[in-house]
Amino acid sequence: MWIRMSEETKKIKLKVYRTNYNKEESPHYDEFDVSVKRWTTVLDALLDAKSYSDSSLGIRYSCRMASCGSCGMKINGRPRLACYTKISELNDQTIVCDPLPNFPRIRDLVTDFTEFFAHHKKIEPYIQNERVPIDVVKNDDLVEFKQTPEDVDKYLQFSYCIKCGLCYSACPTVATDTKFPGPQALSQAYRYTADNRDTGEPSRFNIIDERHGIWRCHFAGSCSSVCPKGVDPALGIQLLKGHLIGITKNDKKIATLRSKEE
Amino acid sequence: MPLLKLRESQIMKIHYLTGICAVFFVAIHILFRIGMGMSFNESLEFHNVVANYHNIYYVILLELILVFISIHGFNGLRIILLELKQNQWWESTITILVLAAMIGVIAYGTRTIIIGSQL
Repeated sequence: MWIRMSEETKKIKLKVYRTNYNKEESPHYDEFDVSVKRWTTVLDALLDAKSYSDSSLGIRYSCRMASCGSCGMKINGRPRLACYTKISELNDQTIVCDPLPNFPRIRDLVTDFTEFFAHHKKIEPYIQNERVPIDVVKNDDLVEFKQTPEDVDKYLQFSYCIKCGLCYSACPTVATDTKFPGPQALSQAYRYTADNRDTGEPSRFNIIDERHGIWRCHFAGSCSSVCPKGVDPALGIQLLKGHLIGITKNDKKIATLRSKEE
Repeated sequence: MPLLKLRESQIMKIHYLTGICAVFFVAIHILFRIGMGMSFNESLEFHNVVANYHNIYYVILLELILVFISIHGFNGLRIILLELKQNQWWESTITILVLAAMIGVIAYGTRTIIIGSQL
């Protein structure tokens, strides 16, 4: 019985936003009829349309398992990962695919992530630790930081970010303020601030504590509701605001270094 | 140039504190309107309003409300306007204009309070 049901197919209409800014093509929607099964994802349906209807359809994708964050797009009005969204869960006969809002568009569903990654890079998203002796760094010695599971829990959920840009596209502040770093970059700033291997808090705070920085977040919370990996960027931003304003103290004990032999 | 060389977190701290203080003092102000043995409408009659200005504690309360609401309100306006455009000229102009307007409103309001209280 289960096998018979699982093989049931139905036809849906796929409406895809089409444009090519290099060829001054005016934006329009193309419609494709696609056969889908219970487990067919939006990405599967798009690739079906690309394979059998129109090979010029522009889509960016890679892993097909919500790990790479390449296939973010607006599906039925909400930013989602195409590979992580099953047609059956949308409960609609027509699936509308648009490029991610708040990103410059290149072609069809492909958007430009240059600015997004620039914001990410600007907040110095890596461990900075001035206490590591210079000879250890120079000699590339095998050393590691001591961290307890409790230390890891403080930032773990924020390290699940795959930089898919869904939170950035859902953010109402990003839509109006191009200098605003966005929820992804700010939650990563919190991720490294909460990490007890990191001592780069003062320089990172200098970067985000400016006119178009963290204070322009109005706590709409859309970033958290669209995240496909369960990260809560809005929480990270509010915690970071608490640290900046002095309501909460980031009383982390900086992790000590030990060699692999210890 | 950053506003009075304050960091944005310091400005926002002032913003939140003035907001909380404004709510607190406005609440006291409203309680005075309804808790002085007269009706709300009666308390807003000209001679009753002028009488408030002759009470030094009430004068201080009104001045505090004026200062807190002006700082909070004009900084809020600055934040809204900052998001409209992102360039140095716009940001500096908005900051200077909002600061000037805030000082102007506080100065005019203080003048009114001083005249009303006949200090």
